[in-house]
Amino acid sequence: MTDATATLGSHKTSADALFRRKRLIGFAVPAVVLAYLAYIAVAFDVAGLLQRASTDNAVILASDSWSYKTHVTLDNRRGGITYAIEGERKGAYPDGERPAWVTENAAGDVLIDLEDGHLVRFLPDSAVTYDVPGFGTIEAQLVDGSVVTNLSEPIPDWINLSDQRMTVTTDAGRLTMTRSRTEVFRYFPGWELFWFTLDSPYHGHGLARIAFGDRIDPDRPNLSGAMSDFWNNGMWRHKDVAWAIGETILMAFLGTFGAAMLALPMAFLAAKRFSPVGALRFGMRRIFDFVRGVDALIWTVVLARAFGPGPLTGALAILITDSGTFGKIFSEALENVDEKQIEGVASTGARPLQRYRFGVIPQIVPVLLAQVLYFLESNTRSATIIGAITGGGIGLMLTQAIQTQKDWEEVAYYIVLIVTMVMIMDTVSGWLRGKLIGRKE
Amino acid sequence: MTDAALSGRTRTEVDRIQDSYMAQVRRRRMYGGLTLAIFVLLMVSGFVVADGRNAGGFWDGWRQMLDFPADVLSEAWEKRANLPGLLVRYFPALIETINIAAASTLIGAIFGLVLSLLSTRGLARWPRLIPLFRRFMDILRAVPEIVIALVLIFILGGGPVPAMIAIALHTAGALGKLYSEVAENADLKPVEGLASTGATWSQRMWLGVLPQVAPNFLSYTLLRFEINIRASAILGFVGAGGIGFELRNAMAWGPGRFDEAAAIFLLLFGTIVFFDQISSRYRNKLTEGT
Repeated sequence: MTDATATLGSHKTSADALFRRKRLIGFAVPAVVLAYLAYIAVAFDVAGLLQRASTDNAVILASDSWSYKTHVTLDNRRGGITYAIEGERKGAYPDGERPAWVTENAAGDVLIDLEDGHLVRFLPDSAVTYDVPGFGTIEAQLVDGSVVTNLSEPIPDWINLSDQRMTVTTDAGRLTMTRSRTEVFRYFPGWELFWFTLDSPYHGHGLARIAFGDRIDPDRPNLSGAMSDFWNNGMWRHKDVAWAIGETILMAFLGTFGAAMLALPMAFLAAKRFSPVGALRFGMRRIFDFVRGVDALIWTVVLARAFGPGPLTGALAILITDSGTFGKIFSEALENVDEKQIEGVASTGARPLQRYRFGVIPQIVPVLLAQVLYFLESNTRSATIIGAITGGGIGLMLTQAIQTQKDWEEVAYYIVLIVTMVMIMDTVSGWLRGKLIGRKE
Repeated sequence: MTDAALSGRTRTEVDRIQDSYMAQVRRRRMYGGLTLAIFVLLMVSGFVVADGRNAGGFWDGWRQMLDFPADVLSEAWEKRANLPGLLVRYFPALIETINIAAASTLIGAIFGLVLSLLSTRGLARWPRLIPLFRRFMDILRAVPEIVIALVLIFILGGGPVPAMIAIALHTAGALGKLYSEVAENADLKPVEGLASTGATWSQRMWLGVLPQVAPNFLSYTLLRFEINIRASAILGFVGAGGIGFELRNAMAWGPGRFDEAAAIFLLLFGTIVFFDQISSRYRNKLTEGT
C-alpha cells in the first residue's frame, strides 16, 4: 500500500516533469525560431533593402520580358532615318523598307503613328511634333545644337527637358531628342524576330506557306533554307543556345557518370566487408570526406585555373565532388549486402572477381543506379550554376544576359529553357529509374 | 524400348529448354553489351566534345592541375603569419553565408511543411487542390537557385537577401516533397481523434500529425541545411554576398592575394566538414531514436 503510493508518486513527478518540458519546448521552439528570424531581418538589413529595392527595375523586367520595341531613329547630323527592332543592327529593316505604321507624305514629312491618337511627325530642319491626346501638340526643334520647344512651365513629370535633351514618355511610346538624333520607340507585345530576322526571306511567312508553298528563296529549298535561317538567327542565337543547353547537360552527364565509375572501385576499398586492411579503409573514407568537404565551388575555382573556362572544367568539378559523395553512399550500400548470395556463388568455386560480379553487383546495382539518376537530376541544376562560374553552358548565357540589363526577353527565354530542361531531365531520369529498378508506387 | 523412347524424348526436351535458355542468355548479354557500348560511346564522345569546347585542353590542363593549389599553398605558407588575422577578417562573411543557409532552410522548411500537408492525401485541407500544390512544388524545385537569385539581385540589389529568398524557394519545393512522402505514412487515428473533438485543420496537423513525423522532418531539414551551406557559398560567388563573394574578390586579384584565398578555402572547408559531422551525428540519433 505504502509501496504503491511511493511508486505512483515518483511516476507522477516524472510525468509532471515530462509535461513541463514538453510545454516549455512547445513555446520555446517557436520563440527561438522567431527570435532568429528577427535577428536575420536586422543582420540582413531587410528594412533598408526594401527602401533601396528598385520598383522601376521590376517594372522594366516585367514589361520587357514579353514585349519589344521598334526604334525609328533620325540622324540629326547626317540625316536619314533608320528603322530597327530593339535598336540593334541585327534587327534593322533593310534599306528602303519601313514598318507599316510609318508613312511619308508628299511634303517629305515622316508620320509615325503610335496609335490611340498619338502621332509623331519628323519635319524638315530637325523639327519634330508630337500630338498627345488630352495634352496638345509638343513642338521641338534643334537650333544651333540645343533643343527648343513650345513647352512652358509647369512641365508634366512624363516629360524630361533640358536644353541638351528632351524625353517624352507616354503609354503609347517614347520620343527622345538630342543633338545627335531624334528617336521614337514604339512598343509591341511578343518576342519579335524569334523565328527569322528581317534580312531572311522567310520573315513574315507562316509555317504552312514555308512547308507546302512555292519556293520563297529561289536558291534554296524552303525547308532547309528556313531551318538554316532559323538556326543562324542573329537576334536570338538559337544555335548558341542549343549548344549551351547541350553543354550544360553534358557537364551533368559526364560529371555524374564519371563520378559513379570512379567511386565504385573506391567504395569497395572503403567497405569493411571487402577491404580487410583497416588503414586503407580509413584512408579512403578520409579521402571521400575531404573531396566532399572541399565542395564544388572550390573545385570549380581550382580547376578553372588549370583547364580554362568551358564545359570540361564544369564536368570535372562535378565529377570530383560527387565521387566523394558516391564513394560514401556506395560503401554504405556495400556494407549492407546480403552474405548469402556471395556464399552461394563462392560454393560453385568462383574466384573473388567472379564473386563480386555475380554475388555483389546484382544486389547493389538498383540502389546505385537510383542514386546516380537522382544525382543526374540535381546536377543538371548544379551545372547551370557551375557554368556561370566556369564560363560554359546556359548558366553563362543567362548571367551575361542579366548583366547587360537590356535583353530581358532573352532572359525570360533562357529561364523558360532552363526550367524546361530541368523538368525534362527529371522526367527522363524518373522514367529510367522506373524501368531499371521497378516502380515504387 | 519404351524407356529409350522416353529418355530420348526427355533429352530433346532438355535440349530445347537448354537451347532456349542459352538463346535468352545470349540475347541478354547482347542487350547488356549494346547498352554498355552505347554508354561508353556517349561518355567518350561527350568527353571529346567537352574537351574541344573547353578553352584549355584536358591533357595540358592535367599537368597544371596542381600548379594553382601549389601556388596558393606556397604563398599562404610564406605569409603564414597573416593567416590568423585573415581568418578573423573573413569570419563575418562566413557567418553571413551560414546565416543565409540557416534562414533559408528555416523559411523553406516552414513553407515546405505547409505545402506538404496541403498536398498529402488524407491530410489535405482541400483535397481537390492536391495536384495544384504538387505541381507548384515541382516548379519550385525545378527552377535553379541562380535564376531566382540573379533576377532578385537586379530588383533588390546585391546582398544576402536575394540569395536567401532563392534558396528558400528551392528548399520549400524540395523539402515539401520529402515531407509529403513521410506524412503519407502517418497514422490517421490521432487526426480522427482530434477531429472528433472539433479541432480545426491546423490544430489537427499541429497536434495530430507533427509529433509523429517530427524526427523524420528534422532529419531531412538538417540534410537540407548541409546542402544549403554549399549553395549559399556558390551563390555568393555569383554576387550575393557572404564568403563566396569574398572568394571571388580574392581570386580576381590573382597572385599576391592568394593568402586570402587560402584563408577563405580553409574557412569554407572547415565549416562544411563541421556542419556535415554535426548533422550526420544528430540525424543518426534522430532516426535510431524512432
